[in-house]
Amino acid sequence: MSADIAHELHERKDHELARRAVRARLVTGIGPATMLAGLVWVLVQPWRLTLLHPHGQGFWWLLAEPPLYVVLVGLVFRLVVAPGLVEDLEEGR
Amino acid sequence: MIVAGIEPRAEMVHWWFATGILVLALLAFAETIVGPEVWGARPWRRYLWPGMLFLLGILMWPVMALYTNSMIHMVAHGSWAQALMVAGGAELGVARGKLHSQYWRLTSAGALLVSGAAFLVHEQNGWLFGRAAFLHHALGWTLLVASVFPFAQAIRPRSIVAASGFATTLVVIAVLLYCDRDSAAIFGHFSQFAGVMHR
Repeated sequence: MSADIAHELHERKDHELARRAVRARLVTGIGPATMLAGLVWVLVQPWRLTLLHPHGQGFWWLLAEPPLYVVLVGLVFRLVVAPGLVEDLEEGR
Repeated sequence: MIVAGIEPRAEMVHWWFATGILVLALLAFAETIVGPEVWGARPWRRYLWPGMLFLLGILMWPVMALYTNSMIHMVAHGSWAQALMVAGGAELGVARGKLHSQYWRLTSAGALLVSGAAFLVHEQNGWLFGRAAFLHHALGWTLLVASVFPFAQAIRPRSIVAASGFATTLVVIAVLLYCDRDSAAIFGHFSQFAGVMHR
């Protein structure tokens, strides 16, 4: 009987570990997926990036680079938020 | 009235707010994935989402002051700023542990409702006047309908569907805001009164 319980507990633990691994992978993927979306946007609409044709552009037009903002948001999330979250998920093991 | 060459164009302001909303969306997705216990394991992380929301509310004030095309614009932007600050402030109170009720999440539902109404009220043109008009209508109705998600979160705080719906709504809002152009066509339609068209 106790062997059955131990086996069940072991299975539950394995299941929980697998769930946490999936969560860690998802969290790690958010940043790169966002960066990829920004890069695809640059390829689809290169005219939205005035840095590619900066001549004659004013200050605000050179500052406003929406596809780069998307890449930057993904990068900051990947470098600042994701590592701690993955660490905390693993510590929960 | 925008002072030519000094103030950024309205479309740029939309893109900057889109970036703030995108940050909110990524944080909301991450919290949904890892769960509130892991998310709250580091105190600074609890303040990210409400802090960003509160900051967006503060940044709406210069928009109200500098982009006052009409009385209705000023009222819309002003009430919008207040709603975002109330929601951000309430969520900050919850994160700090000063506020305890799960129903404080209703302030986020209120923020979406006020934001949606503000979009719809201050857009005076029809859907197909131009891209900006279309997006204002689309954003307004999206926000109004999506307010059901934070409302559901207030009732069932651990609902994955409500949390995912809220995070997805934020992504949709960011995408729509990034699509905004001051004078561009929408589905081949562009009013002769909408200025000089660009892509």
